[in-house]
Amino acid sequence: MKRRTALASNPGAKLIDAFLPASAAGIMELLSPVAPGWGSTLLTGLLHSVEIAVGATCLGLMIGTAGAFGKLYGGPVTRDLLAVYTTVVRAVPELVLILLLYYAGTDLINQVLTAMGYSRVDISGLAAGIFVLGFVQGAYSTEVIRGAILAIPQGQIEAARAYGMSPGLMLRRITLPAMLPFAIPGLANLWLIATKDTALLAVVGFFELTLATRQAAGVTKAYLLFYLAAGALYLALTLFSNLIIGRVEAWSRRGMPSVKEAR
Amino acid sequence: MSVADAAAVQSGKAQSAAAEAIHVENLHKKFGQLHVLKGVSLSARDGEVIAIIGGSGSGKSTLLRCINCLENPTSGIIRVNGEEIKLKADSHGHTIPADRRQIERIRSKLGMVFQNFNLWSHMTLIENVIEVPVHVLSVKRDEAIAQAEKLLARVGLAEKRDVYPAFLSGGQQQRAAIARALAINPRVMLFDEPTSALDPELVGEVLKVIGDLAREGRTMVLVTHEMKFAREVATHVVYLYNGLVEEEGAPEQLFGAPKSERLKQFLRNVG
Repeated sequence: MKRRTALASNPGAKLIDAFLPASAAGIMELLSPVAPGWGSTLLTGLLHSVEIAVGATCLGLMIGTAGAFGKLYGGPVTRDLLAVYTTVVRAVPELVLILLLYYAGTDLINQVLTAMGYSRVDISGLAAGIFVLGFVQGAYSTEVIRGAILAIPQGQIEAARAYGMSPGLMLRRITLPAMLPFAIPGLANLWLIATKDTALLAVVGFFELTLATRQAAGVTKAYLLFYLAAGALYLALTLFSNLIIGRVEAWSRRGMPSVKEAR
Repeated sequence: MSVADAAAVQSGKAQSAAAEAIHVENLHKKFGQLHVLKGVSLSARDGEVIAIIGGSGSGKSTLLRCINCLENPTSGIIRVNGEEIKLKADSHGHTIPADRRQIERIRSKLGMVFQNFNLWSHMTLIENVIEVPVHVLSVKRDEAIAQAEKLLARVGLAEKRDVYPAFLSGGQQQRAAIARALAINPRVMLFDEPTSALDPELVGEVLKVIGDLAREGRTMVLVTHEMKFAREVATHVVYLYNGLVEEEGAPEQLFGAPKSERLKQFLRNVG
């Protein structure tokens, strides 16, 4: 009791004391990966977040590539449908879309299944999360990739046509690699947004980093500690991503002179 | 080709023994309301070098680009290697190639060289040169590389094989683009103003390469502003004016004794 009073006289320690009911040793114990620490809970949450983000980004890239080509080269019906898709998805808050697609989507699938005489299925949180976020990512990727394709010097596409490349070959060998340097900054943004959008899946009960943090904090009452720890994990993920993205961008720009020299 | 042959080609009668590599008949091209080509006919036999000259907006580039359907002609007949390109009308009434595989096959026999080089910027020179042989013509990769190295050496770029196009001069890029065209062993080479985007001091090195190809008997159709060069290498010159062939014939005749007033005027202006 005497110790507490002594600490409370120091304003900084008072602040720490107010937020952290535990000592430094207690902090290590709470974050320890072995029970009764909550470290492994947070790391499992992070792993699930990364799984969702990777899956959603991959799905988003596939939708985005198809969407961009549809918007640029498709017929009027394709273009109109894609315009509706990108407009609606980008207009509605992601949280609303997640609630809508998650609950309405699983309900719809089960209704279809029962109508066809199958039994209802439980859709895994992972699959649903990837689908929902991928669907959202696809709309943004469509616009990023469309812009990148438009930035390719048209002559390179023309040369591919002039040498008898089929549309599929041209996509694979010329258009995609040539648009990459223009798409990377935008796609990197989308990836980082995806890593954080996984937190929205906490509202539908998917066990990812934010939900894991809430559980740990709720049980131990060490709110500040666990939310700071979660923040640090998100930051570490971003820093690691930046490292990889930097490499990929440098590789995709291998045929381009440095911008610095043109200053 | 003699003047008599040129006259035969002009009248459309096949008298020469060489096979006709390109045959264009009564070609029309409209961009909306703009009528760019108004019934042009053109023929290139094996070994001929056809130079197309004319003022800005005369339709010479459009004519060249119609041969491999980079621009789809509005109407007319195009035969490459004796095979007529099948055309059809799409839902908007535009003419488009009817058979994608046919047009791809025909295109892979025509080596096109562009005004702005249009090398693929994410590939090194050697990768640019082997791209079409390996991926379109299914040549084995090591064979294609051996061939590409020879071609790059031929255009004087052997040491630049692993350099990306953006790090080269315009003249070097255009020579690499010529190597890319040669790599498909083209039946006909199509040049679309190959020196127009080059600095004056780089024009010579590119013209030398094209001139060597002409002298070794390559069949070529060449749109150019270089009148002196056209006179040197062409076997037949076509002067386009306002979407029509105003005058054509052997270079000596066309440049030495032009009949048309417009051609005389044109040659005075560019000369």
